[in-house]
Amino acid sequence: MDKIRFQVLAGTHTGYRLLLWLLIILIGIGLIAAHHMESQGHWVTGMDNRVVWGLPHVFAIFLILSASGALNTASISSVFGGSDYQPLARLSGLLAVTLLTGGLAVLVLDLGRPDRLVVAMTYYNFSSVFAWNVFLYTGFVLVVLIYLWVMMTPQMRGYVRSVGMVALIWRLILTSGTGAIFGFLVARDAYDTAIMAPLFILMSLSLGMAVFWVSTLTLCRWNGYLLSPELSGKLRRLSALFILGVLYLVALHHLTNLYMAHHQGIERFLLVDGGVYPWLFWLGFVLCGGIVPVWWFLDRRFSTPAWTVTAALMVIVGGLCHLYVTIIGGQAYPLRLVSGYRVDSGFYDGEITHYLPSLPELALGIGGVSLALLMIVVAVRILPFLPTVTGSLPGSNQG
Amino acid sequence: MTQRLAIALLMILSFGASSIADVNLPSYPKGRGEYCVEPTDVMRRDHFEYLMHHRQISVHLGVRSKRHSLVGCVDCHASQADDGTYISVNEPGQFCRSCHVYTAVKIDCFSCHAAVPDAVVKQ
Amino acid sequence: MTNPENKPRRRFLGRTGAGTALLALAPGVRLVDLVLAKDEDEPASDETRWGLLVDANRCTTGCRACVSACEDEHALAKTGRNRLDPQWIRKVELVDESNDRSLSIPLMCQHCEDPPCVEVCPTGASFKRADGMVLVDKHTCIGCRYCMMACPFNARSFVHEEVTGQKSYSPRGKGTVESCTLCVHRVDNDRTPACVESCAVDGHGALAFGDLNDAESTVSKTARSQPHRELRPDLALNTGVRYRGV
Ligand code: SF4
Ligand code: SF4
Repeated sequence: MDKIRFQVLAGTHTGYRLLLWLLIILIGIGLIAAHHMESQGHWVTGMDNRVVWGLPHVFAIFLILSASGALNTASISSVFGGSDYQPLARLSGLLAVTLLTGGLAVLVLDLGRPDRLVVAMTYYNFSSVFAWNVFLYTGFVLVVLIYLWVMMTPQMRGYVRSVGMVALIWRLILTSGTGAIFGFLVARDAYDTAIMAPLFILMSLSLGMAVFWVSTLTLCRWNGYLLSPELSGKLRRLSALFILGVLYLVALHHLTNLYMAHHQGIERFLLVDGGVYPWLFWLGFVLCGGIVPVWWFLDRRFSTPAWTVTAALMVIVGGLCHLYVTIIGGQAYPLRLVSGYRVDSGFYDGEITHYLPSLPELALGIGGVSLALLMIVVAVRILPFLPTVTGSLPGSNQG
Repeated sequence: MTQRLAIALLMILSFGASSIADVNLPSYPKGRGEYCVEPTDVMRRDHFEYLMHHRQISVHLGVRSKRHSLVGCVDCHASQADDGTYISVNEPGQFCRSCHVYTAVKIDCFSCHAAVPDAVVKQ
Repeated sequence: MTNPENKPRRRFLGRTGAGTALLALAPGVRLVDLVLAKDEDEPASDETRWGLLVDANRCTTGCRACVSACEDEHALAKTGRNRLDPQWIRKVELVDESNDRSLSIPLMCQHCEDPPCVEVCPTGASFKRADGMVLVDKHTCIGCRYCMMACPFNARSFVHEEVTGQKSYSPRGKGTVESCTLCVHRVDNDRTPACVESCAVDGHGALAFGDLNDAESTVSKTARSQPHRELRPDLALNTGVRYRGV
């Protein structure tokens, strides 16, 4: 097996520069949007007293989930002894840190009082999963940074496995914690289920892989690095497996809900007659983000990098649709206020809430994604994250 | 050389003097009553300690003593316009604002708290 | 922060001492019994559990006396955007799923004994006072709205824009979450919540306020002698607001 060497991203590609500027602009717009939301108040968003978490949360949770999932390759490489995954391990760690940072930025900037971040850091309610998540998130960044340092320092080789193990366990807890944020909402029929935590773990694996595909293949292309067909094949099968896992758990979730008399209303709403939500669910998530990419990932005819990236992008879009349906659809459907009674009329009670995301929300969400991406593209120029020589791939030893 | 130094020194000194003269020390309307709830120098230094303590025990424990309550501050220190209406203590030149501008400390109280006494409601 | 350690001392006021709080509704039925009041420098006591008893049989469709009273008391101005208006208390029309009987109830924070909003709040801004009132400490609320996700009754509102004209006893402001305070400022001064008062003044008397822990209070007595329920018994919240005739 050849030695793997890592290097910083060389040369200045036009694409790279364009991307850099684009990202900076998008981040700027995101910041302006956040400032607008804070100074005006949240009335400039589509959120109200019924749909209290909107598009920013869809983006934030997407980023947080993918952050944890992006660490897959590193985990396999150092914990499960997959030495052929090693060329991509550093990149995988980098993605984990940056995506999480982007997600947290969105979450914080959407707060009603973002200026009180210090309060959030100093006042803790330890019975709140949300507070625990703050610890889990910051801890995760720290653990992965140490992990990266260990991977990049030759003298620390011996510790890669154990630190990788810590990171693996940490991220499983982190994703369960994110799922638990919803699992704790006992009064909301859409979330009140134990499946939420495992579902979020699988979503993170599948979304993380997708983001990993898109960024890795792009960066490696710029760097003139080719993934070996074996590695690429393995990762593609893994992606397909994760997507199937998500589909399975989602099916299980909805089927169990259908057996609970009280949950049939919300099920009908999300899956059949809820307007935009069934469309996003079936077309966006199941077809575009599920069945088609599974097929492409498993079919060798689609094994070129271009198809792989396309499939991964579809998983990302599907994942966003899925989160939108879960987070916003779950709130748009009215609560059962009084057992045994229908709410006939009232102040927006017993009615479907119509939520329309506003431009600032979208800008904030995209700003968060851009922040994550900017950190990636800058980091690869500064530190040696990118592999230059792969194992056993003929003709790729150009170093 | 020494001449230049002297000129420079002079310039610095005169700058300093003029900037001291330029600064407007906070001036604000006098509060109602003879005394504040604590000696003035103590209040000047520690009012936020009292307020913070009171906020904790009143909100969380339900202690309703009036002495260190923000409502009390506003009641005594909000000045009245000629037509008798109250002026917010958070207006420029008024009690809270004038010092806080001078010391460049942001007041976060009045985005939620009333900065004028409640209007007297006829029963 | 010093936590006043002194044991709650209770002061016996006597019937006349509670004065205005004793509003006669019907012979033998009083609105509240605030015979035990606390000194102003005394902390709320966990021997008390404040509660509301709503009599749906007396509440009428279309009446909004309680809602208006609340809006006046706390200076809850309309925002001009319906869906963002503060709703500390609202009227809800219900239809019985089994026999189509319809009824009207006021719905506000139920002051749960095990409040989901308090459980989830990351900073502890949502909290339950010793005497059972569930409140938001707006000094530490970061506006994450997780409590609004958790509340089973949509009882909380988020302040979506700048607020002016607040009352000195009811601070509220942009970017934080708010809900019914059970008129804590009145209760701490031996008065009843504004909604209860206005409902009585309007002659409905559908709301009764008092100490659920005090066996002699009207709410307790009524609660013992008449069937009543929580709105979502399945969630086991043990709410401080109970409903008769629902
Ligand atoms: S009704 Fe809602 S806001 Fe009130 S205590 Fe219960 S969960 Fe909290
Ligand atoms: S919005 Fe405020 S009160 Fe509600 S959970 Fe967040 S910090 Fe707590």
